[in-house]
Amino acid sequence: MAEAIAAPLPLGSASARSAAEKHEARTGWLLSLPALVLLFVFILLPVAAVILMSFTDYELGYAGFRWVGFDNYADLFTSRTFRRSLWNTTVYTAIVAPVSIFMALGLAMLIESEGIGRSFFRTAFFLPVASLLVAMATVWQYLFHPTIGPVNALLRLADIEGPNWLGASSYVLYGLSIIGIWQSVGFNLVLFLAGLTAIPRELYQAAHVDGARSAFDRFRLVTWPMLGPTTLFVTTISIINAVKVFETVKTLTEGGPNKASEVLLFTIYQEGFVYLRVGYASAMTVVFLIILVILMFLQYRIQDRQVHYT
Amino acid sequence: MNARSFTLGRAIRLFILSFGALIFLAPYIFMISTAGKAQSDIFSSSLSLIPQHLSYVANFTKALTRVSMTTLLWNGVVVCALIFVIQVAIAIPCAYAMAKLKFRAARAMMVLVMLGLLVPIHATALPIYVAFDRAALLNSYFALVAPFTISVFGIFLFLQFFRAMPDDLIHAARLDGMSETGIIARVIVPNAWPAITAFAIFSVVAHWNDLYWPLIVVSNQSYATPPLGLLYFRAAEAGDDYGALMAATLIITFPLVAAFLLAQKRFVEGITMTGLKG
Repeated sequence: MAEAIAAPLPLGSASARSAAEKHEARTGWLLSLPALVLLFVFILLPVAAVILMSFTDYELGYAGFRWVGFDNYADLFTSRTFRRSLWNTTVYTAIVAPVSIFMALGLAMLIESEGIGRSFFRTAFFLPVASLLVAMATVWQYLFHPTIGPVNALLRLADIEGPNWLGASSYVLYGLSIIGIWQSVGFNLVLFLAGLTAIPRELYQAAHVDGARSAFDRFRLVTWPMLGPTTLFVTTISIINAVKVFETVKTLTEGGPNKASEVLLFTIYQEGFVYLRVGYASAMTVVFLIILVILMFLQYRIQDRQVHYT
Repeated sequence: MNARSFTLGRAIRLFILSFGALIFLAPYIFMISTAGKAQSDIFSSSLSLIPQHLSYVANFTKALTRVSMTTLLWNGVVVCALIFVIQVAIAIPCAYAMAKLKFRAARAMMVLVMLGLLVPIHATALPIYVAFDRAALLNSYFALVAPFTISVFGIFLFLQFFRAMPDDLIHAARLDGMSETGIIARVIVPNAWPAITAFAIFSVVAHWNDLYWPLIVVSNQSYATPPLGLLYFRAAEAGDDYGALMAATLIITFPLVAAFLLAQKRFVEGITMTGLKG
């Protein structure tokens, strides 16, 4: 077994290397082999398969398939459902990511500068992160219920007739966004708190000596630049998580009403695993992967540029 | 800025924080309150928090009998435990080799790990599903666990952690005649507990809450995980019996929330450690 595993070891400069080094290299291979095999089987191979299948008309349950070139992609971009789905995902992300980032930053700064109740507030805002989203979505469905829900009952006290948050096509994305924000603020908050505690106190004193008297000056000159790497990371992860919205949609709206809450992962799920149109759903998955790659690429680019702050 | 003085600024700050906390906790308050309300209460007075006719027993009985909650929670525990144990058993040796042993492939593996970090289960789900379907492996613990046995993120996290460990520790162990597996088991793992707990929290939260993959590979109540089971329960209840629904959500949310409240400090440390990626 050991010999077979060590076989792919490059033998180029073997003569120059001592037996100990060879042994070390072989151990290295042996220890990482299980991980490599699984990585290949469950990540690399499936990604390659998804790309290949996106060029076929394969449907689960049918024996054969044909190569159809870029037909699936052409269908995608003329499909109203898919375009709607991309658009809805964009709108949802454009609401949830910025709001949850800035709300978390604001709350983190308030908690950081407040002496009492620090751990209570952190717990309260973080609780949604540790809660089962499918379960809490059900609670939100009750809160948002148009007639018996507490949200609209409260609005009625102020003489406002609240909308049907999850049932009206013009409101459903906002309703889902509120749940999305509620769920993700705590995660960002904890990251920002860690970033804030890491800022050396002396910097604030130095800024004070240099004439930064107002709280806003301190924020602009010290906090914001020092938080740069944290903010970048929080931004990337918030956007990626918002693009991956699925649980609330599946639980509460099933993409409805009238496809008003059809989002990317839900459309992929529906086409691939309910209608079993694997080829077509693969093409969507490839688009989804490309979006993720672009986001990560942007993060690396920006990170390279601001590296001198850290 | 003095912690003792009570200025206007501080009052505003405390007010904003308390109001925010109240809003964030409101869903939990209503969940607990509604789980004890009779159907008639729910329809007549949605804003009063104390149920008029205490129906906790009735609602919880409904929640516990319609769907087997114990099976759901048990499945959740089994799946999360299996995933975590295998992930760690696979990732630690690999990360150790990449961090502390000299071999040529280490750099190429780093590239693979970085690429792997990009790929979520949503991207690999289709081919894996087709393969499992062909092999008649759907509706099993195997199907729920297998795709997550490799955690590139785990390798990445442990790699960062191991790199910071002093080489002397390992050299000393080697001089004592310990094998590499012995070093991992008796030197590396005991020193890596902070990273392992952090990863445990990350992994369990992610897989306890995951709906996407269980929804795809399980169509049978006996293998349903908590999120999937709740979907079944909603379907069975036609979504209108909010008292029973809230009782069910309470039962299903409770384990992880309780774990979080008991080990808050570790949770937060874990999230910052895994979140900031080293």
